[in-house]
Amino acid sequence: MPHASLPPAQRRTILGEGVAVGVATGAYGISFGAVSVAAGLSVLQTCALSLLVFTGASQFALVGVVAAGGAPISGALTAILLGSRNALYGLRMAHLLDFHGWRRAAAAHVLIDESTAMAVNRPTTAEARLGFLTTGIAVFVLWNLATLAGALAGTALGDPRTYGLDAAVGAAFLALLWPRLADRRHQVVAVLAAAVALGLVPLTAAGVPVLAAAGVALLAGLLTGRRTAA
Amino acid sequence: MWTAILVAALGCYALKLAGLSLPPRVLAHPVVARVADLIPVALLAALVAVQVWSEGGTLTMDARTAGLGFAVVALLLRAPFLVVVVGAALTAALLRLL
Repeated sequence: MPHASLPPAQRRTILGEGVAVGVATGAYGISFGAVSVAAGLSVLQTCALSLLVFTGASQFALVGVVAAGGAPISGALTAILLGSRNALYGLRMAHLLDFHGWRRAAAAHVLIDESTAMAVNRPTTAEARLGFLTTGIAVFVLWNLATLAGALAGTALGDPRTYGLDAAVGAAFLALLWPRLADRRHQVVAVLAAAVALGLVPLTAAGVPVLAAAGVALLAGLLTGRRTAA
Repeated sequence: MWTAILVAALGCYALKLAGLSLPPRVLAHPVVARVADLIPVALLAALVAVQVWSEGGTLTMDARTAGLGFAVVALLLRAPFLVVVVGAALTAALLRLL
């Protein structure tokens, strides 16, 4: 019982916050479900993504590449590259959460943007664990229920273009990108990456342009490094 | 498709577990930290562009651009995610009805 030492009022606050984040995040699981079915995945495949991959931006990336006509495996690679930020969260959280063995293996599955955000600023391990697990589990349950609901609704709708679902995917990516655009360097990288990807669209197989855009990040990281070193 | 789903699942889980298991000094290398910070930005921007302005190997501009325009305005007004996404879809759908 790692949370036994926390006062009940504080426990309730952390639990309430976690559930609230879960409800808010679960809501866009509905759009993921609908978008994924519109991209041509079955309801079962859509639900498998939410259960097994369980990191929203990566899931949207996989179905986005498939929707654009790309090979599923290049969608998977894009998803994994986007998932690399979860490793960064883990590096920041490992000491604070202090999980070991099977608990660490289980906790890793719910290591996502939201669970990290709700735990990273807690002063003690007990509070961080409670915030992390409550948020992670609430998001997991609601995200998966919402995915199923969205996938079923998407199947019932018919041609996704009639409802503008193809436009919803671009909007979803922009919404995920938006909070990162406050930084000037991020803005430059975003514009360059978009330009490189569009430039490659007529020249390469679908899915390749997005992966190539990761090269922009790599180059920018290396080059700006040299500049600061000089 | 199932192969891709399993590859993505294994890859994403491995990254999460690696983060919790590796020593934190991996991040201390400035180039690693910068590239890791920039990769989501580059990928998401490329996904927006390809999703909105391409269609089966050619560049196009259609109702999806209007949808993206709605999304920009909604985000500037700090609208919640669902409003941004549903509004963009409705904008494109209405434009196609005209």
